[in-house]
Amino acid sequence: MTDYTVKAVVLDELAIDRALTRIAHEIIEVNKGTENLALVGIVTRGDLLAADLAKRIEKIEGVKVPVGRLDISFYRDDVNTHLAPEVHRTEIPFKIDGCTVVLVDDVLFTGRTIRAALDALVDYGRPARIELAVLVDRGHRELPIRADFVGKNVPSSLDEHVRLYLEETDGRSSVEISQKRSGERAGAAPLGQGGEEL
Amino acid sequence: MISSKNLLTIEDFTPEDILQVLDTAVSFKDVNARAIKKLPTLRGRTVINLFLEPSTRTRTSFEIAAKRLSADAINMSGSASATVKGESLADTAETLSAMNCDLVIIRHRYAGAPGILARHMDARIINAGDGKHQHPTQTLLDLYTIREELGSIEGKTVGIIGDIAHSRVAGSLCPALVALGAKPIVIAPPTLMPSRPDILGAEKSYSLDDLLPDLDVVYTLRIQQERMDESPFPSLREYAMLYGIDSKRLQAMKPGAIIMHPGPINRGVELSAEAADSPRARILDQVNAGVAVRMALMYLMLGGEQSGSVA
Repeated sequence: MTDYTVKAVVLDELAIDRALTRIAHEIIEVNKGTENLALVGIVTRGDLLAADLAKRIEKIEGVKVPVGRLDISFYRDDVNTHLAPEVHRTEIPFKIDGCTVVLVDDVLFTGRTIRAALDALVDYGRPARIELAVLVDRGHRELPIRADFVGKNVPSSLDEHVRLYLEETDGRSSVEISQKRSGERAGAAPLGQGGEEL
Repeated sequence: MISSKNLLTIEDFTPEDILQVLDTAVSFKDVNARAIKKLPTLRGRTVINLFLEPSTRTRTSFEIAAKRLSADAINMSGSASATVKGESLADTAETLSAMNCDLVIIRHRYAGAPGILARHMDARIINAGDGKHQHPTQTLLDLYTIREELGSIEGKTVGIIGDIAHSRVAGSLCPALVALGAKPIVIAPPTLMPSRPDILGAEKSYSLDDLLPDLDVVYTLRIQQERMDESPFPSLREYAMLYGIDSKRLQAMKPGAIIMHPGPINRGVELSAEAADSPRARILDQVNAGVAVRMALMYLMLGGEQSGSVA
């Protein structure tokens, strides 16, 4: 286990709340309502954010949008070198064919998680459109992937760690940047405990 | 990540390893219920099914599991392989090694054959049944089924009934049940009871009817006539009367108890048609779990192997 020292809180509870409300509005605006709209969050953390966004959309539009959760363990491009410590169940309790699916994740980093999620998602059907919402974009993309909805852009260096904590799982809601003590590249580490970005 | 390189006997896996396989299999079972059942996970890996003894369901189950994970699965059977030309198992192992396969699944009529293979190759080895010794992947799918149906394995009483002496299914199930805190009881006529049932870690009994109301799982074994040199009981009919599950014994079972069988069933011997088709029977659930459990096993054994462990 590598030790990290927290350098800064980039989003506190209130800022996360505002960012999610804005993203909810943007999703509705861009898609001109909620028709055929569905949210699919990537476990872990992305699924919680997707459920949260669905609540906000319901508050604004009065419509419940279907929500699913996606585990990408079997679609990762580094299965040969690293295994996810725990495989979670994928639950998409609705047909995604013809839907506009908004993929939801906490931190967008290399883009490899999203690449895996796109592959996983199309095995469940053929959405009309896939959009991407993330709470934080920390840069350092290794693939041609971008988010449609971003809570906050957080420029970071590769030896830093950007992590979302949520009230439901961690007892506090914040996005924190921490510095890896050893100074080795954080991005080279395998997907560790929930919330660690890839 | 599994602590053992190979699965030669069920004792190679710690209880934590076993539970990790069962937990991971839940997700694979979901995948098997989808329209698109193929995953890219083991793309480019080579899996050889070396079945030197006849098998349909286990070989098919492994082949489906490997293909659903996108591995290249090659089937080698006894009659088609060089073993009929007199090649030793060690030479077969070295030949397969030279072809750079990643995993060999072996079924062999002699106990210990998977171990010989393991000593002669770098690939990972899974024992798919060796003689009268063990059948560890059958055990994993049995444990999966018990856990899914009864909620847990710990504390459950499992009666394993029938041909204990010749059964590799019992050979791996008993120690695994003990390791996971369940209570196996082997129930058989004296002629089918091994001379040392205690090495299985199980209690023994000759009377099914005394124990039936206490069993959470009624695990019936196939009468393997092909492995019996002499008749261990006067007739199949007499065996069925004393140890077969029929409508009367179905009634005597504990509420919620389930019937399992590793297949193929001798209808009218271990199980009457009524018992085999009753709502208590979980025989097809076992087959269904088999593919998911073997996918989980391959994923956990072949994935992440270059790193050795996950941070």
